[in-house]
Order: sequence, then C-alpha cells, then structure tokens
Amino acid sequence: MADRRLLSGNEAIGWGAILGECKAFFGYPITPQSEILEFLATELPKAGGVFLQTEDEIAAVSMVYGSSMTGTRTMSATSSPGISLMQETVSLMAYLKVPSVIVDVCRFGPGSGMAQTSQTDYRQVTKGGGHGGYRCIVLAPSSSQECCDLIQLAFWLADRYRMTVYVLTDATIGQSCELVDLKTRDFGTLPDKDWVLRGLDERGGNRQGIHQHMWDYVGYHVDMNEKYREITENEIKYESYRMDDAEVILVAYGYVSRMAKGAVDLAREEGLKVGLLRPITLWPFPTNVLRELSSRARHILVVEHSSGLLVEDVECALQGKVPIHLLGIWGAHRRDSSGIIYPERIVEEIKQMENVAKL
Amino acid sequence: MGNGAIIKQQIVGKPKAVQLDFLPFKFCPGCHESLVWRALGEVIDELDIQGKAIACLDIGCSGILMVGLAVDGIHCLHGRSTAVAAGVKRVLPQAICFNIGGDGSLGAIGVGHVINVMMRSDPITTIFLNNSGYGMTGGQVAPTSLLGLRTTTTPEGRDVQSAGFPLHLSEIAATMKGTAYSSRVSVHTPANYQKARKAIKTAFLKQMDGVGYSLVEILCACPPNWGLSPLAANSFVEEKLIGEFPLGEFKNVDQIEYTVDPEINKVGRVKRG
Amino acid sequence: MAKGEIAIDEMLCQSCGFCVEFCNQECIAIPENRLGPRGFPVAVFSVPDKCSACGICGWMCPDFAIQVFKYVESEANINQGS
Repeated sequence: MADRRLLSGNEAIGWGAILGECKAFFGYPITPQSEILEFLATELPKAGGVFLQTEDEIAAVSMVYGSSMTGTRTMSATSSPGISLMQETVSLMAYLKVPSVIVDVCRFGPGSGMAQTSQTDYRQVTKGGGHGGYRCIVLAPSSSQECCDLIQLAFWLADRYRMTVYVLTDATIGQSCELVDLKTRDFGTLPDKDWVLRGLDERGGNRQGIHQHMWDYVGYHVDMNEKYREITENEIKYESYRMDDAEVILVAYGYVSRMAKGAVDLAREEGLKVGLLRPITLWPFPTNVLRELSSRARHILVVEHSSGLLVEDVECALQGKVPIHLLGIWGAHRRDSSGIIYPERIVEEIKQMENVAKL
Repeated sequence: MGNGAIIKQQIVGKPKAVQLDFLPFKFCPGCHESLVWRALGEVIDELDIQGKAIACLDIGCSGILMVGLAVDGIHCLHGRSTAVAAGVKRVLPQAICFNIGGDGSLGAIGVGHVINVMMRSDPITTIFLNNSGYGMTGGQVAPTSLLGLRTTTTPEGRDVQSAGFPLHLSEIAATMKGTAYSSRVSVHTPANYQKARKAIKTAFLKQMDGVGYSLVEILCACPPNWGLSPLAANSFVEEKLIGEFPLGEFKNVDQIEYTVDPEINKVGRVKRG
Repeated sequence: MAKGEIAIDEMLCQSCGFCVEFCNQECIAIPENRLGPRGFPVAVFSVPDKCSACGICGWMCPDFAIQVFKYVESEANINQGS
C-alpha cells in the first residue's frame, strides 16, 4: 500500500530527499524555507544521514561542496538571498563538475525583500547564477507531490551529469499542504563516481586531481557545451494542459501554473480556446515544444509572479512569430507582498487581450 | 672504523608526502611556506596518514600546496576551506581533514567560518600561515599586518585609525571551548622548525583522538612583500614578528569537558515525545 | 673527518642562503662568481671535510634541494661481499 500523507511542499522535499538517498544536508534558516531544515533535522539522522545547521549559506554550500566531493549525496535548501550568497561556490562546483542539489524556495526580491511568495529568481537560477558562464539544471515543481518526485530526479540528474541541479519552488508551494504518495522513483543506472576524493587508500594510493581542466579553459567550455547539448536533447520535461485546439497558450510554472490551470478551465467554460504549457525543466527550456505548439496559436500569454523573466525565454523561443503578452507581478490581487495572481485575473487578461486584438 | 663497510644513509630528503614534479617553480626564495610544506610532509609520513588525509587548500600561496602535497586535495574558494573541511569531516569521520590558509583567507574573508568551526568543535586541523600580509595578490595589508608595516594598500604604514590592530587568531582559538589545541610556532630557525613540526603533529593527533578542533598558527617570512632579502626576512621574523605574535601553546587539552543541565533540556519550543 | 655528506640539486636551489646561515660547520657557500643552471649563484658544498651530518641544512632548505647522507657502519654489508 502506498504511503500517503498530507505534506507541505517543504516537507515533501524533505521526504523526497530521504527517498532519494540524500545522506547529508547543510543549510541555514530562512523563511519560507525553514520547514525543510526543521524536517530534516529530525528525519535525516534517523535515515542515517548527516544534518547540520551552518553559520551561513556560504558555509552551507561550502560544506555541500566538500561533502559531495566524497561522493555523498548532499543537498542544501535556501531562499532567494541565500541563493545569491551561494553563487561563488556553485560556480566552483560547475567548474569542478561536482554534483549537488540546491532547493530555492523563492521569496520576494530583490534585496532582503519579503518572505512571501514570488518568482523573482527565475533569471538567476536558469542562467547559472554566478560568474563564469556555466549552467545548472532547474526543476520547477508545482505541487507537493512533484516536490517529492522532482527532488529525487534532481539527485539523479546531478549524479548523471555531475552538475548542480536547482529545484525552484516558491513560498506558496512550500507552505501549502497536499496529499503526497511517498514513493521511491527509479530513473535508471548511473555512472560510477570514479572522481570522488576519500583519501588515497581507497584508490590504491593513486593520487588524482579533480582539476581535469586546469590550464585548459577552452577545453572546459567546449566539453560543457557538449554536455549542455546532451541535456537539452534528453532531459526536457513539461506538462501541456488542454492544448489540443488551443488558440491562446498560457505559459507559467510553479504556483502560478496552478492558477493558470484554473484560468484555462474558467476560460473554456466561457468558450475561449485556451491551453497551458508548463515547463517543468526551466533549464533546459522546452523551446522546441513551445515553438511547435504555438504554430496555430493566436496569442501567447506568459503569467509569472515577477516582472518579466520567463517571458524572455518565451520570446527567444518564438522569435516574434506569435504575439506574446505578459501578465506579471502587477496581476497580483494586492499591491503588497502578500498578493497572489488568481485565475479570474488571468481570464480577465485573456479577454482583454482578445478584445484588443479584435479592434 | 670497525669491520663493517661504510654506507651512506639518507637522513634528510624529500618526505614521501611531498611531490615536486608538478610545477616549473615553487615558492619565492626564502619563503617559509615551503618549510611548512616539508614539516607537513614529514608529519604525514611519520603518522602514516597519507592514505586517509584530505587537504582543503585555500586561495593564495597556501593553495599551491594543492599540487605539492601527495594527498587528496580539495581546491576551495577564498576563505571557505575551513567550512569545506568541516563538511568533509562530517560525512567522512575516518578521514584526516586539514585545511591550510593564509591570513587573508582565514583571518579576513573566512574568519567567520574559523570561529564557527571552533564553536562546533569540529575535529579538523587548521594550518594558519601568518605572513603579515597578502602574499599572492602582491603585499596588501592583512588583518595580521604589523602596525607601521608599509604595504601596497597602506603605503605610509599600517595605522590604527584606518586599519586597526593585528589579529591574534591563536589567542582567540584558546578562548573557545571547542578548541582542543591552539599554538603559534615559527620556522625561522632549526629549533623552531622542529617545534613547528611537533605542533603540527600534536594537532593531527588531537584530530585523530577526536578531541576537537586544532589550530596551528605558523609565522612565515614573505621576503618579496616585505621588500627584504631572504635572510633579512628571516631575521625580521625573529626581531619583529615574534614581538607582536608571541610563540607558544595557548591551549592543549586531551578532553573537552562539559555538562548539559537537564532542567534546560526540558525547555524549548519543541516538546518532548 | 666528515661524518656525512650532502647533495645539492642545483635545479631546485633558489639561492636563499638558509643553508649557509644555519650550517654550524660552515660547509656550504654561495660563490658569487659561479652561476647555476638557472642563471644565478647557487649553494655549493664547499668544505665537505667538516660535515657533521646534522641534517639542519636539509630540513631548513625551503626548496627541497639538499639531501643529507650520514656515513654509517653496516654489519649487513660484510656478508654481502663486495
């Protein structure tokens, strides 16, 4: 019988990490992420893992780096300002090809911002985040169930491609409770971790440098480009909802995609042919999928709880072939940071868009 | 001589844990870091821990040992080697984890991690190279620079109004409960070199016995950035650096004793059961 | 009578002068008029006779350029023949 529980997104991430055989967690409290930290403080040691609350996010990600280097599945979780603090080490891990999983429960930014929900980290995490022109895989769950499943996928992808994988959620998903089937996911076999450093004894005394590309930066970027291409070919994930005859396509991820789904249903009741494309991997972005689906679309409406970050990738994918509209953070029902974009507002935007088009 | 043949027995050479064939150059002439390098190599050989040692090397001249020590080495970002070593030790308790950093790494940008590692009593060893300035970046003022020292960023000499007072990390370490061993040594004479070697060995033994955090601060000469010849820099350590940073053992305990009050243990947001 | 000898690797020597400074027997010198293979004066084992095989020059050499050997009498060597 399946183990079914009522879990918040943050707790689901904790459970998913344990199911995904995470053996070490280093983190620092920050609203709205703290439940992950609190959950793992209790549960991870029971599962034979190491838990430590560090002095700051920089130490947390440094310890993730050290721990991953020994071949241990390690993760950290933080929210937006913490992600910024971590970037230097994330860049180092990208250079040395060290796998890691970092959860970003996005809060309102920029600056210290507010602890309420937002999607203002999109550009930072999907474009790598730090210096040096690297990329990270970004997974965006939209429910507690997906939090539990995608964190397991994140560990698998991190080990498969030896890179950092972000799981980008937001305060709404992190703090809302839903039923979750706790299930261990199997994604296939993984390559041996022949690069780990655990002391010379474990390799028969052979010293090995992790600096595979020291003094060959061109080689590094050429290799990585090849890897990025492979990921783009194999790992794109998305969900399309009522797209069969859609003339207006909504593009949204995270909690907003749940609202957009509601908006699709509402609009369909009124006879509007609306569908939703929800990218699950924000990088690699489902560019070709969007291009194909939009071939018969009249309008694209990007809905996001930020000022126009996701829309850049959509514009890039469609290259001006279809008119693109944006319902950004101004679509929230309140002007303070507790505002949320509701389905009714999205439907209103669709109608307005259609009316303007008819004139 | 007696009846036996006379053979040559090597008494001093390159330690096994030191590898030289990696770079066309090493350190500047008269740099004390390579003496620390030798001492580390000798201690690793002596304790026979080459196979389970993991070195976390910071940015700066100390990072050159990344390729100079024949143990598993993790390249760390500026100031983060302490945190990385603590992370490694947490998941791999059987490893001998040590980090090497200079006064810029561990005294300035990463001093917070050092204090927190002392606080948590992580059983790792820190080799703190104090050369009174930033070496690799070319002689800027460091937290440990002597008052009055002319550096490229204090061209008239370090003054208290703008750059404050020198940092004494070993003394700070000694005040922390979680520290098992803290000492300051130098390598500028043969006798001091042997003391430094002994201090490094003691620090590793504290880690291997699981007592707690150990720190060895080593005063190093930096001839190019002091604008002195190797021998003059050597004398400068004796005459001036030791004056500001007295040598000695500041803490050496075999067990860190503590108690937890059961009354306090009943209080807190998380209820028992 | 020398109790040992040293070997200086001239490719490694960086002419810092620590060995000259710390040799109690004054066996080592850095002659100004002789350049090493890298183009600057290097340390030379100038007075081998007085070497006491104390090892100090070896461990105080920052560049791992000096190996120190001690003359010892070997019982084992007698049986091994020449």
